[in-house]
Amino acid sequence: MCDQTFMAITFGPCDNCSTTSPLMNIYIKNEPTNYCSFCVEMMACQGLLKGETLASLKNESESLKKKLEEERAKLHDVELHQVAEKIEVVSALSIKTRRVLKGHGNKVLCMDWCKDKRRLVSSSQDGKVIVWDGFTLNKEHAVPMPCTWVMACAYAPSGCAIACGGLDNKCSVYPLSLDKNENLAAKKKSVAMHTNYLSGCTFTNSDMQILTSSGDGTCALWDVESGQLLQSFHGHTADVLSLDLAPSETGNTFVSGGCDKKANVWDMRSGQNVQSFETHESDINCCRLYDLRADREVAVYQKDSIIFGVSSLDFSLSGRLLFGGYNDYTINIWDVLKGNRVSMLFGHENRVSTVKVSPDGTSVCSASWDNTLRVSRALGMPWLLVLYSLT
Amino acid sequence: SKEAGKKDNSTRYSLLASLSCSSTNTVVEMQNPSSGVKGAEQKLNVTTIPHVIAGETHTPIRVKVIKQEAQAFATMLVAYGYIYPLQNHKKLVMCNDASLYRFQTPYFWPTQKWVAEDTDYAIYLAKRNIRKKGMLEPYEQAHYNHLHEWLNHKWDFIVMQATEQYKVARERKKPDRVVFDCQERAYWIVNRPPRYTHSAMDYGPDRLIDPSADQVKGQYRHTHTHTHTHTEWRRLRILLEMVKYITNYKNHDPFLAPCLPSNPWQTESDAYWNLNTRRVDVPTKMRVERWSFSLFELLSDLRGRDDFKIFLKKEFSGENLAFWEAAEEMKWGTASSMSTKAEAIFKTFLAPGAPRWINIDGRTMGLTVKGLDHPHRYVLDAAQTHVFMLMKKDTFFRYLKSPVYKDIQKKALNPEPHNFSDSQVEQNARNRGMGIHPIILWQQEEEERAKAAIASAPVDVKAVMSKIDRKK
Repeated sequence: MCDQTFMAITFGPCDNCSTTSPLMNIYIKNEPTNYCSFCVEMMACQGLLKGETLASLKNESESLKKKLEEERAKLHDVELHQVAEKIEVVSALSIKTRRVLKGHGNKVLCMDWCKDKRRLVSSSQDGKVIVWDGFTLNKEHAVPMPCTWVMACAYAPSGCAIACGGLDNKCSVYPLSLDKNENLAAKKKSVAMHTNYLSGCTFTNSDMQILTSSGDGTCALWDVESGQLLQSFHGHTADVLSLDLAPSETGNTFVSGGCDKKANVWDMRSGQNVQSFETHESDINCCRLYDLRADREVAVYQKDSIIFGVSSLDFSLSGRLLFGGYNDYTINIWDVLKGNRVSMLFGHENRVSTVKVSPDGTSVCSASWDNTLRVSRALGMPWLLVLYSLT
Repeated sequence: SKEAGKKDNSTRYSLLASLSCSSTNTVVEMQNPSSGVKGAEQKLNVTTIPHVIAGETHTPIRVKVIKQEAQAFATMLVAYGYIYPLQNHKKLVMCNDASLYRFQTPYFWPTQKWVAEDTDYAIYLAKRNIRKKGMLEPYEQAHYNHLHEWLNHKWDFIVMQATEQYKVARERKKPDRVVFDCQERAYWIVNRPPRYTHSAMDYGPDRLIDPSADQVKGQYRHTHTHTHTHTEWRRLRILLEMVKYITNYKNHDPFLAPCLPSNPWQTESDAYWNLNTRRVDVPTKMRVERWSFSLFELLSDLRGRDDFKIFLKKEFSGENLAFWEAAEEMKWGTASSMSTKAEAIFKTFLAPGAPRWINIDGRTMGLTVKGLDHPHRYVLDAAQTHVFMLMKKDTFFRYLKSPVYKDIQKKALNPEPHNFSDSQVEQNARNRGMGIHPIILWQQEEEERAKAAIASAPVDVKAVMSKIDRKK
């Protein structure tokens, strides 16, 4: 995309334990030091030290945050929609549901597209994970999980495996098969182990690693083959609910969102939290766009008539449209540049849990607590229709 | 059954927080006698119920809302129990017809601080049972039996309360009694939904950690002081780049521009996917155009990467890309393969006199070689970045100006847009194929990769030379 700022990692002996490993650059009592991620975690688990109280630590953190806000406020920044004033508006979209995938016995909690742009995997409260060919509506596999509330599922980049997990606190990988009748549960591979529910999982650029987020407040990177923990990410102070990888040239960062109202950007190599964005409590029913390089919020997408929270988001291929699945059973489509709502999708009978645009951008799939998934696409361009009627 | 009244979990309150201000204000506004929704009296059986509104007249106060949105919002009010249907009382949606609805009394609004307790539900069911035996629906009977077992220790109290409430109710006037019964029934439909219905009150599993609780966490001890010292001008430029990116990709976004020949989800024809497969002989014009957007796009599309390799072969400078690919393999490979890969990469690309030696600056080379003492998946990061930037700033632009790229641009297909009639679309739907399964594609790719590896394997010149020397 745009010119990336590369951050080289330090690799060497830790200032605390002397083992050679990727290092995190942190400040202790305003002194810069290099600790390995294990030592950072150990330090984070310490209780109050001599001379510290909960109140004093909180005050220190608050004053640092305030300083950061003051620095940010000093710059009189333009808003995104001002920069995009001269851009053409998005003409009225007419989007129609093309497929309704029925088959789950209870709420559909998560879904993910396969790179072949037509297959997808979905997971449900009833403990079932289904692999569909969305194009033909064919159910290719149905995998029973040993737990209910399978909150996360992901399709491997090769299309040869899926990963899923939920209340079992694990993320397991199932290799898929060409044989519809094969019992996939027999080949299950337990990869990730958390101390609380799994809220999100995704493969990285290959089938060999998965990235997970959990209710225990951490994210982690795992080696699929051995189940080894490669890196853990500590910093959220409450359940982590979602994560997404950066589609960058370097492919080294990802973002996670938690109940502590923070969106944290992490460096996968060292485990370091490189950036953090905090939202205010009152606004739970809007979407915010943050620019990582400008390090600030650049747009907010909200409307007075929307009073329910968003559960899931995805961009269209160009990034111009933002699809948001809301708890009032609808999907709102926003113009990312102008900030206005372009369209709404109806049809679900309960809240929308996940919204994902297909890999080639030809459709968007929404999973809902009404036990169904819907695949929708734009019906046709109004200007095209006008051309036909003129001839 | 869970007596969840004590636990103040944030999930439930975040659900209700969204309701408290906006919706209660709206509902109060709607009942305003002068500016609100018009109600009427209605004859129901033998009594008249005041203040009833028909579904279709139920357009909310906000004028700027489209009709469907109004209906969706109204359905939310029904789903949460601010308004209840009089006829099909178990279906909590706002129907856009003449079916009748009533505003729920504020006492039963969901934003009240108390949770709908099992004890209250048991009293309600017992009361209905007293009034008329066999009045309970099967799902209510199941609840009743269950509660009778679990709350058995309180059962005398429950029956006593139920009897008292029943007696009090009988002393009311008939219309008031009917109204209250409807209200109470509606409240329990919302809070104890019938089986196989979807409830808006559901909020999923409780969160583990309460974010507002005071707990010592390490984050207080070390905060990253990561401040960007950008000027306003620089930040403006960043936004402009974002606008440029989005504008660039506009014609490639199937939601904003038609995809040729047609969107498979619309016409049921998978021609679009067939024209854009991994190893297609002749790519489409749109695909080739996208390769020119950035080196990242070119390399991400494996077909584009192939074309780039053809160009590099002509220039005899394929080692940079080969190294980049090898570094990617290492980064995303299995943990157990790290040392073997590191060794192979060192021998092929970094060792002095290596067959595919990459030309990087001395400092990066030094760092990388040193790091290979303890091979980990990111040990080649610095070198890979350096090589990538070389390709991005120089090779990529030469590729775009090269005969190889111009050639493929000329050859590229520009498919005619489909113009299927409705019956043709139906025909397409019947002929929908399974496509090639990703597993089969993957196996094919593995075979191709193995073939390519053998073909490009560097000949160990030194070994050949020394072999010849020994023979002499």
